[in-house]
Amino acid sequence: MSILINKNTKVIVQGITGNEGLFHTVQMVNYGTDVVAGVTPGKGGDWVLDGKVPVFDTVKQGVEVTGANTSVIFVPARFAPDAIFEAADAGISLVFCITEGIPVQDMMRVREYLDHKGVRMVGPNCPGALTPGEAKVGIIPGNIAIPGSVGVVSRSGTLTYEVLYALKQHNMGASTCVGIGGDPVNGTNFIDVLGMFEADPRTNSVVLIGEIGGSDEERAAEFIARYMTKRVVSFIAGQTAPAGKRMGHAGAIIEGGTGTAADKIKALTNAGVQVARHPEEIPVLLGG
Amino acid sequence: MNLHEYQSKQIFAKYGIPVPRGRVASNSDEAKQIAEELGGRVVVKSQVLVGGRGKAGGIRLAKSAGEAQELATRILGMEIKGLPVRRVLVDEAVSIEKEIYLGITNDRASRKPVMIASSEGGVDIEEVAARTPDRIIRLHIDPLLGLREYQARDVAVAIDLPKEYWRQFMTVAEGLWRVFVDNDATLAEINPLVITKEKRLIALDGKMVIDDNALFRRPDLAEKRDLDVEAPEEISARKYGLSYIKLDGQIGCMVNGAGLAMATMDIIKLYGGQPANFLDIGGGAGAEKVAAAFRIILSDPNVCAVLINIFGGITRGDEVARGILTAIEEVKPKVPMVVRLVGTNAEEGRRLLADADMITAETLAEAAEKSVAAAKERCNQ
Repeated sequence: MSILINKNTKVIVQGITGNEGLFHTVQMVNYGTDVVAGVTPGKGGDWVLDGKVPVFDTVKQGVEVTGANTSVIFVPARFAPDAIFEAADAGISLVFCITEGIPVQDMMRVREYLDHKGVRMVGPNCPGALTPGEAKVGIIPGNIAIPGSVGVVSRSGTLTYEVLYALKQHNMGASTCVGIGGDPVNGTNFIDVLGMFEADPRTNSVVLIGEIGGSDEERAAEFIARYMTKRVVSFIAGQTAPAGKRMGHAGAIIEGGTGTAADKIKALTNAGVQVARHPEEIPVLLGG
Repeated sequence: MNLHEYQSKQIFAKYGIPVPRGRVASNSDEAKQIAEELGGRVVVKSQVLVGGRGKAGGIRLAKSAGEAQELATRILGMEIKGLPVRRVLVDEAVSIEKEIYLGITNDRASRKPVMIASSEGGVDIEEVAARTPDRIIRLHIDPLLGLREYQARDVAVAIDLPKEYWRQFMTVAEGLWRVFVDNDATLAEINPLVITKEKRLIALDGKMVIDDNALFRRPDLAEKRDLDVEAPEEISARKYGLSYIKLDGQIGCMVNGAGLAMATMDIIKLYGGQPANFLDIGGGAGAEKVAAAFRIILSDPNVCAVLINIFGGITRGDEVARGILTAIEEVKPKVPMVVRLVGTNAEEGRRLLADADMITAETLAEAAEKSVAAAKERCNQ
């Protein structure tokens, strides 16, 4: 068991012939992920990866022919909302959107539509998910994590890699690692993933990596206090970030005094979560 | 990106929201002329992107065109919270009966736009929210359906607006909703929306924040960016697609990824240092971008040491190393540099940097400790 993705996940890559799409398709396939199709409008009929993966003009065709159930999106920001709608309308039930820089009003419309359709999206502006030893969907480097029982959920990209790598250095593995993305409006939040980890028999403990901005961590703390029986440890980035300045991610901003690292750390600590002082301390907390 | 009051009100007017007659002036002669056209009684308002303009003396009432000219001279010479006043808005003076607050922003928690209204306008809405939360009306708007007519009426009723103003209010509310959507705003705010003695609703002040991610499809708005509010290094960073924020510390940071960049700043502080900046080179940065990042960090005279922390995923360690070498050659930095490369092509990167005079580190904690020590040694000399 694992969450969201496993060896049976059939992936369709939207934007497969672009630079990033192609590069990461190679990485996903090399990792053992079952990439069954790609989509680039106008390139239907082509094949990529030496004839291993067929390219379709539309997601609908790709799904009909290959039975793909999960999409990963690498198309540029101005086309990404449409790509998400297309995936949802083609019957895809799980969409990972890697693309960053999508206007927030587009994401609000997308999210509203997906909720009506019952489609789950992870991201946008996220690294995707990795179930070590089974599959990876997105851009998380496969070699930095080993299979294990720690569930990892994070709003950040490279900071997540740092934590996976630190776990591996301590010979600790991950059940699944999910990057939910750094945008203010996204498809899946901490609570969604915490609930999945709580229900997953292979996950014994959870690492929650948050950052400044919004109130997702505070709500996660409430959820943990009420519903989580499994151990949760955390790290919150942005303790030195000044208010009112956006720290790279569209969502990482302290607005009107809310969303500070101190608030989030306090909420989590009150919920019984041990909060690491820096990322490399996480395996120590888990091992202790 | 923030718009000035005069820019926001120009947009409001296009959407049928009544605003006072007036124009923007960049010198006192222009201000005088506009005041004459408006009949003499005007308000001269500094156009700077900070709050508290009124308290700073940047908004003044003039009873004649001559006085408007005098006030414009004074205000145009001012600095408000460090920002120079380059323009004043000269608006006709309006007789105010009552002040209302009306704004639309994004509610992250519910993932929907929210209309916020209050019968207590004209003051800081966050203060009203803190003091008398029951005076704040919040109405969520379905992003697919938009603002419905009944919803605008609901808001009018909820803020106890007399019936005779409902029609005008609904025009303003619907106009503001279209302003919000058509301009990809993250905030569109009228504060105050006034009821005049002549029983008209007028947007006396306006504020808009535009989603930076949407500027690709709003080129007319992108041109309105006021560069005064940004440090020159931040402007230069944006040109290269870098995300840079200047801070007050001594240790320059170059990191890939926003979360890791913040974590790197935090660990510097944990080890007793202060970060000089936030800098995210983004994913897949090539040598040229890295060199640009390096130049920006070193242009800050407070920097006593540089910490480079790269966790290669899409970003390749060898590319980063090449960028660093290019930049070193060009800038000839005199401060110590600590570098930590992990992940994709990190070994090759480390090999490229072996001959450069750099301190290396394996772990994040080690990198932080070494850079703090190096900065102390350098700057205490």
